[in-house]
This record gives sequence, structure tokens and C-alpha cells, in this order.
Amino acid sequence: MEQKKSSFLETLEEYSADESSLIPLLQDAQDEDGYISPVKVEEIAQYLKMTESQIYGVASFYSQFRFTPPGKHSISVCLGTACHVSGGETLLKTIERDLEVSPGERTADGKFDLNRVACLGCCALAPVLKIDDEIYSNMNVMKLNDILSIYE
Amino acid sequence: MNDIEALRKKSSTEWQLLRQPEEPVIFIGTASCGIAAGAKKVKAVIQENLDKHDLKARIVEVGCIGTCYLEPIVDITMQGHPRISFGNVDEKRAEFIIRKALVEYDLSKTKPLGHLGPESYDGIPALFDQPMLKPQVRIVTKNCGIIDPGNFMHYIANDGYAGLSNALKKKPEEVIAEVEDAGLRGRGGAGFPTGKKWRACRGVKSDTKYLICNADEGDPGAFMNRLLIESDPHALLEGILIAAYAIGATQGYIYIRAEYPLAIIRLRKALQQMEEHGLLGENILGSGFSFSIKIKEGAGAFVCGEETSLIHSLEGKRGMPRTRPPYPTESGYLGKPTVINNVETLGTVPHILRNGAEWYRQFGVKGNYGTKTFSLVGKIRRSGLIEVPLGTSLRQIIFDIGGGTQKEFKAVQTGGPSGGCIPAELLDTRVTYETLAEIGSIMGSGGLIVMDTDTCVVDVARYFLDFIQKESCGKCTPCRVGTRHMVEMLEKICRGEASPDILDKLESMARLVQSTSLCGLGQTAPNPVLTTLRYFRPEYVEHVNNYYCPALVCSELIEYTVIKEKCTGCQRCVSVCPTEAITGPRSEPHNLDTSKCIKCRACYEVCRFDAIAGNAIIITSKKE
Repeated sequence: MEQKKSSFLETLEEYSADESSLIPLLQDAQDEDGYISPVKVEEIAQYLKMTESQIYGVASFYSQFRFTPPGKHSISVCLGTACHVSGGETLLKTIERDLEVSPGERTADGKFDLNRVACLGCCALAPVLKIDDEIYSNMNVMKLNDILSIYE
Repeated sequence: MNDIEALRKKSSTEWQLLRQPEEPVIFIGTASCGIAAGAKKVKAVIQENLDKHDLKARIVEVGCIGTCYLEPIVDITMQGHPRISFGNVDEKRAEFIIRKALVEYDLSKTKPLGHLGPESYDGIPALFDQPMLKPQVRIVTKNCGIIDPGNFMHYIANDGYAGLSNALKKKPEEVIAEVEDAGLRGRGGAGFPTGKKWRACRGVKSDTKYLICNADEGDPGAFMNRLLIESDPHALLEGILIAAYAIGATQGYIYIRAEYPLAIIRLRKALQQMEEHGLLGENILGSGFSFSIKIKEGAGAFVCGEETSLIHSLEGKRGMPRTRPPYPTESGYLGKPTVINNVETLGTVPHILRNGAEWYRQFGVKGNYGTKTFSLVGKIRRSGLIEVPLGTSLRQIIFDIGGGTQKEFKAVQTGGPSGGCIPAELLDTRVTYETLAEIGSIMGSGGLIVMDTDTCVVDVARYFLDFIQKESCGKCTPCRVGTRHMVEMLEKICRGEASPDILDKLESMARLVQSTSLCGLGQTAPNPVLTTLRYFRPEYVEHVNNYYCPALVCSELIEYTVIKEKCTGCQRCVSVCPTEAITGPRSEPHNLDTSKCIKCRACYEVCRFDAIAGNAIIITSKKE
């Protein structure tokens, strides 16, 4: 029986049906859902004629991909070297404790997810953290509460 | 080719108009760092104030000049004046500067950084006489912070694509010879001669060849590639075209990390401009040379900086390295001959083709010609991105350019997680690929992390090893298992749980990982440990034997105390303490219960920085 094509299936067809399209496709899938959902993996597997486990094998290698749904807002704490020596780790621990969330997970209310990021490239303004697309520079624990309270 | 020259005439007129405008031009630095410092808000405030005073002015967004500690940076050009630069322009200062400069025509209290003309102007010094800028030689970063990266004409007006024009007039072999003569070496870190790599690929017979630009800047604490792409994307793209022409490639890829969204946007726009002007596709500038470029976003894996891993990642596989030979120049992407060059290497190439090998060789020292960019960060007064001739000493970089450290200088890490920690007594080392290797570090891609006496070198070594251990792809045992053992040992040392023979064990494990790992990631991973053991062994010994962390960083070895005499009883620390370890009524000295304290540093910071607090919380580490 013919099924109606989802928008993602149309995206799929913009890419050549070979292995080299896998990572861009995973990136598109994550852009759409916020994570790599089992449904998308199934669709990609069919399109590229690969097994789902092959796809998970590649996806799990890269830190960009997540396999659980994200929160409403994403917090990324930069743990690059410059941020490390200026207290990035303290920021991360404080958020973990205050929001009761571990890196890679989301809060119980689904409001935030927390991530470690190796470097955002704003080293001169360390320590920095990013919430959604906004980068907050020269951070410290006192600024945290005010910043987090902006996000509803 | 005449197209570009015709365009250049038109573009110089446009560029001249920006330099001697009829109405004021306001330049705002909007690279990622500028935006993070608030440049977009400043832009909005400037626009509001222009409207408020009914002023006509043009706002131009530019990249970053590299003086990141002065962000946000705003320049103003007014009729009959040179372009004047202002630093640390927050929203309030933006309002003030617009009023003073454009309404009252009085710059006396605006504290400009300098102007972009050659000599002192009306009491304002030349910007490039600033201590951070004066010792630099800006070749790759020539346009950064000066031109609008989104404006193709700006690039053309500043000799853009003149290097390509020259290259296309030569035979590919002649282009390779020029780059070889210039002595250019790979700026990604390993320093392999660029011309030699190109020649090797040129010599292989194949119907298809690839040129890949490695923009997967994974070194934490480094942002040279980001800044160049965000500030001057065509510099890289011109370099890619020249390299592709030289080796005979028909398809190029830019492998760029997804964490750099702005750089990707600016690259896409630049690629579009190239297509519009016949610089991509079939028969580029009528030369018969055809080439196209695709952007591939990396998905976050440090090991993909290694060229065989990068190729696997591009092919849609797990980014794991393989043994070489065959080298990618023979069998690379999809089994075809492939050259992989770093962003900075390719960004340098147009300058060599514009000005010649001999010109390039006037910079730097024998065997290490030209300039290198570094991101100067950490505990340094003037942080940012700099470009200096190779052979410049670390002391010049850190003290003359960077202005030194707030507290006493302790060490500098070059080469990121693959590099080493260099102590004060070696500050006179001149930076070349060889000298850095001799002292146990590497050039790397250009991250320079400066540490002062508040930084614990054992903690830094642990940080780097932890990073590498997480990024190890797991293919070879020495790297997968060895780095894990090393992290465990370093954690024990930081917790004060190590037995006295641990330093010897750590060192022998480091040597093992170094000598037996498959790729560069594992082979260089022990460098931070080996160099800190070599230059800072007493600090390790203090941790191991005396449970003492001299920098007061390792949380298991330190304690927080409230000095009763200094405590103002302001309760700020009580409110930030997450575990209710600090208690006490207002206006009376507070108590700190060490059994509840999790050493999160929140109280320490609030007590140190808050105006009404008394700086009464101290951190100590006791020798036992």
C-alpha cells in the first residue's frame, strides 16, 4: 500500500543514496526532531540500504548526535581549555546541582537539557556557556540564576 | 581573468568611498566573539541613536581584528577623518560615542583605541601602534576586522583573487614550485611542507582528485580557523582554488565543525558570490580549470582532525584512523588521490601567489618561513588572536603582545591536548616547529593557553588526558586503554590517594602510549603529562606525598574557611551556598560547616567580587 511521504522522506531524496550521505542525513534528522529518533533511523536505513545497527554505529561515534529528546532549551557549557582554567567545570557542576540534571539529559520538567561542549571558540571571553543560540561570556556562578530565569 | 581586474577597478571605487565617505560609516565587529560580547545589542543601540539624532550613517558589519579582550569593537569613519577604533563599546558607551563623535564632533572623552591611518592623528595614536598589535605581522589576518566578510567587493578591493589570477597564468607545476620555494609548512600542526604534499598528489595519475580543507578545529582553546573564516572567508576559498589547480583536483570539500554556525553561514554566502562571478564551476575565469566546493559539517569528533579519520568521516563512516601508507595523496577520499590542508595553510597561499616566494621568505627564520596565528588565551591580560613571524619568542608573545599575566606567570601550553606545558625558564624559546618539539611540546594548530600561579598543572594534565580519553576512537589498545589508566592515575593524584611510586608508573605508561599508538592522537596524548612531569615534578610530589595542591585547585585537597574578623555578615555567601554549609544571621560572622561544603567555589567568588562582602572566605591546602 502506498503511504504518503513525510517531509523528511522528501529531504532524503535530496541526497545521493550512498553511505557518504549518512552524516548529513543524521544532521538533518536531528535538526528536525532535536534528536535521532528511531523512526528517522528506520527511514534512513531504508533509503541508504544500510542496517539500523550500522547507522547507530556511526551516529554514536559522534558527540553531536543525541538519542534522547532534548529539553525546551539547550544549555551547553563550554569545557575548552581556556574555560576549564577559568572555572567552566564549576559552572557545569552548579547547573547539574541546581537543575538536578546530568550532561546529556534533560530536566524532569523538560525545560532544559544540559550538554558539555569541547570548545565554542570564544576562548578570549572564557568561561562561556550557550543557551539555544545565545552565548553568554565571562560567566560566573552568580550570573547563572539571572540568566536561567530568562528562559521560560 | 579580465573579469576580476575589471571588477577590481569598480571595487576600489566602492572601497575608497568607505575610506573617505560623504556620510559617516560605522563598523561593528560581529564575529562570534564580538556577538558573544554583545555586538548585536550594540548595533541596535547605535541604530536607535542614529534615528534619535536624525543622523545619516552607514553601518557595516566586519569580522574580528583579534583583540578579543576589547570586544565589542566599533570603528567610525567620518568625512575628512581616518577610521577611528573604539574598544569595549557596551550599550552605554555606544550611545556616548555616537553623541560625542557624530553630534558634538568632540572625541576628547571617547577614549579611542587608535585610528587606521599610518601616523598619529589629532592626538589619537595609530591603532597598529597598540602594544598588542605593533609586534604582529598580519598576512593571513590582513583583512580580518577591516573588511565586511559578506561583501565580495571588499575582498576584491584588497587584492582579492589576484593570487588566483597569477596562479592561473602559470603551469600547475610552477605554482607548486612557488609554494615550495616559499617554504610554507602545514599550519595544522605537523608542519609538513605544503608544496611537497601537492607535488606528491600532482604526480599520481587519476581521473579524479580531491582537495579537502580541514576546518574541524577541534583543539579546545583554539579559534584561529573560526576567526579567519568568519572575518575573511574568501581568503580561504581563494587558497582552495589555487591548491586545487596545482594538484589537478576537480572537487573540493570543506570539513568544518558544526559548532561554528556563523562560519558556515559566511562560507555559504561566499561560495554563492564565487558562483555569481564565475569563480566556481566550469572553466573558471576562462582558464579551462573547473572546480566545485561542498561544505561538509563535522559531527564532533576530535580525532577527525587526523587526515585518515577525516576521510572516513566524509565517507559516512566512524571517524577512525588507519595506518599509512598509502598516504591520502595516493589513496584518499573514496580511494582517490586527495590533499588535505588546514585553513590557515590555504589562507596563506593566495599571499604567496600574489607577492612571490621571496617576499614570503623575508618573514620567519630559516626552515620556518612566514607567519603563524595563535589564539592567546587563559590567564592573560590581552587575550585574542595574533599573527607573528615564526621564530618569535614565547616571551615576546606572552609579555609584549599579551601584556603578561595578572598573577605570576607559571606555564604556557602550546599545541592543545597534544602539546606540552612550557615553564617560565623556557620563555625565551623561539617558536618554530623544531624548537617546540625539542622541549617536548608541539606547534599544533596554534592554541596558546597561559597559566598563572592559580592554575594547577596536575589538574591541567588531568583535564587534557580526560579530554583525549573521551575522544579516543578506541581502535588501538594503547590509546583506548592506556589513556584510561593515565586518567585514573591522575585522578588519584588530584584526590591525594596515590602511592609514592605512582609518578614512575604514570611516566612509563605515558611512554608506552606515546610509542605504540596508531595515530597522532594517541602518540601525542601523553605530551601534557610528560612535560608537566619534566618541568613541574615538585608539584606532583606535593600532591602525592603531602596531599598539598599549591595552586589551591584540586578540590579534595583544599578547604574553605571564613575569616571571622573580615566577614561583614552580608549573607551573600549564605544565599549562594547550594548545600546550606554556610549559616549565620545578618551582620554577624558566618559559619562554614566543612562537612557539608562541596567546594563549588560559589561563596568564594561572591565574597571576592561583591561590593559589600569583605573578601573573607579563603581557600587553603594544608601539608600533612
